[in-house]
Amino acid sequence: MNAADLPAPNGDNPDWDSGTAELGHILKPGQLDLSHKVILYLEDITVSFDGFRALNKLSLTIDAGELRCIIGPNGAGKTTMMDVITGKTRPDEGTVFFGQTIDLTRLSEPEIAHMGIGRKFQKPTIFENHTVFENLELAMKTDKRVWRSLFATLDSAAGDRIAETLQLIRLATDADRLAGLLSHGQKQWLEIGMLLMQEPKLLLLDEPVAGMTDEETERTGELFLSLAGRHSLVVVEHDMAFVKQLGGKVTVLHEGSVLAEGSLEEVQADQRVIEVYLGR
Amino acid sequence: MSPSPARTPFIVRLGNSFDARSWGMVGVFAAFALIAVPIMHLVLPADHPLHLSTWFITLVGKILCYAIVAVAMDLIWGYGGILSLGHGLFFALGGYGFGMYLMRQIGRDGSYQSDLPDFMVFLDWKELPWFWIGSDSFLWAVLLVLVVPALIAFVFGYFAFRSRIKGVYFSIITQALTYAAMLLFFRNETGFGGNNGFTDFKRILGHPITAPETRVVLFALSALALIGTLLLARYLVRSKFGRVLTAIRDAESRVMFIGYNPLWYKLFVWTLSAMLCAVAGALYVPQVGIINPSEMSVGNSIEIAIWVAVGGRGTLIGPVIGAFLVNLAKSWFTVSFPEYWLFFLGTLFIVATLYLPQGVVGLWSRLRARGRGAGATADGPAAAVAKGVGA
Repeated sequence: MNAADLPAPNGDNPDWDSGTAELGHILKPGQLDLSHKVILYLEDITVSFDGFRALNKLSLTIDAGELRCIIGPNGAGKTTMMDVITGKTRPDEGTVFFGQTIDLTRLSEPEIAHMGIGRKFQKPTIFENHTVFENLELAMKTDKRVWRSLFATLDSAAGDRIAETLQLIRLATDADRLAGLLSHGQKQWLEIGMLLMQEPKLLLLDEPVAGMTDEETERTGELFLSLAGRHSLVVVEHDMAFVKQLGGKVTVLHEGSVLAEGSLEEVQADQRVIEVYLGR
Repeated sequence: MSPSPARTPFIVRLGNSFDARSWGMVGVFAAFALIAVPIMHLVLPADHPLHLSTWFITLVGKILCYAIVAVAMDLIWGYGGILSLGHGLFFALGGYGFGMYLMRQIGRDGSYQSDLPDFMVFLDWKELPWFWIGSDSFLWAVLLVLVVPALIAFVFGYFAFRSRIKGVYFSIITQALTYAAMLLFFRNETGFGGNNGFTDFKRILGHPITAPETRVVLFALSALALIGTLLLARYLVRSKFGRVLTAIRDAESRVMFIGYNPLWYKLFVWTLSAMLCAVAGALYVPQVGIINPSEMSVGNSIEIAIWVAVGGRGTLIGPVIGAFLVNLAKSWFTVSFPEYWLFFLGTLFIVATLYLPQGVVGLWSRLRARGRGAGATADGPAAAVAKGVGA
């Protein structure tokens, strides 16, 4: 890593509780170390499927509290990148670190979820035969081992949290409906709500506004902006208006590696990006 | 476990799994099985119109055991989405485990008047193989019934689920497993009586096994085991565990990405299901008086799936109904038209799969909803809207 790429340390965010690098700090096992203000490092990731290189020496860092948009033509490796981060796909080469210390390539999907990475799929993936309420209940951050689930009861604090999230995702009146009966946009919202119930530190959102109306899209943007700072967000999106609304740093992927990075205006002015999008 | 003080005791929560109406039905059933049946079989004279014959007791007692298996199957298939076509294996293992005890209870009353079971004398064995040690103890037999099938299910399930083997591949492997076990048990050298298996039982806990009183007790125990299985299953599917299980069935990757490890959830319900089957097998063997490797045949295991499909997957009472319907039909068919039974069974399966996705229970609730004609139906709002337009 080039030290100049890292943001200057600042101690004003209470969530970054791992102390400062200058003074040294103590970390419990599994605790996220954000002492360098970076939540995710991808370094030289290569993933091949039958000779096709889905990711080709991809390197990327996400700062703590950042809202990052990732764009790129189809097949650029956006979804594969999320698969690597969440443990679904193991990289052939390269390292993935969550904070300074947690090597994600050694962990399983549920373990990574427990570390604080939530993922929203491209196609809304919710439990269609469960009610909206139950969807949120299952996602809620808690001990998720078998024995606990066998005897679990919902306490009032948990009920309040679910009610809060229901308000936030505007599904309070649909709490007892089967999730499969929701509209497409509502399903997207429910999945985002499930992510929030997990209290993740890093959210990976794959095309979160696909199939939403303009109004829903705008509200989603507002929600994401309100989450940034407390959470780090990585949004893969095709909808440029939405990317513009989010206003954060944009990374352009192409053929499995980073083509350009910067503000939306900068990357849109980049000659190589224009070629990739229009040149073929 | 560190229960908080305000927590409802587990036994109360278990009891609350059934609502008042269900408890009422359980009460009626228990009264029938524990009071009416003994009276009608033991007290009423044989020529009395309400007298229950030995044939009836044995048939219904057998089907009660099958019903336990069906509920166990429904837990993994209807709720967990895991179709096992080898569940007969665990049923048979439970039967064999208890059969070992029953063989030892014969004592010197066998054809060869030996302390060894007849088939061992026949094979010219001089002493019991090591795995028969302790089999003369009833408690050891109970332990065998519970532990051995559970252990096999656990080890098999661990590797299968860890490798994320799913769907039809899992079903085929379970078929292969039970088939391999059947071939193993067919061999005389395996030490379980080869293709004859165990039979000619004389006693159970010192009581003559064919005595009417013994039969009535075994019948009552089977009924109680079925009630217990239903209660446990109902608790499970209503608990958070059950919600996670159905979530795994519907969207496993989502379950993983919200932090549950499906491996342990599947493994728990899989092993529990195998244990329930084993208990059913152990109750079955003394009632029918025989256990042999044909119980492990693939056909038997497929039949279990048919009971569940016919009765209604994902409803706990459905499999019980399915087990009764199919087996009563079977006992009638195999007497009246023995050569057509398999054709009938196959047709039944196809009809149930094509037209009754929820089995007879689903059909029943659909008919009831139609009878009411109200807006709220099991078919969802689309049907309700269509009806509203029609009306």
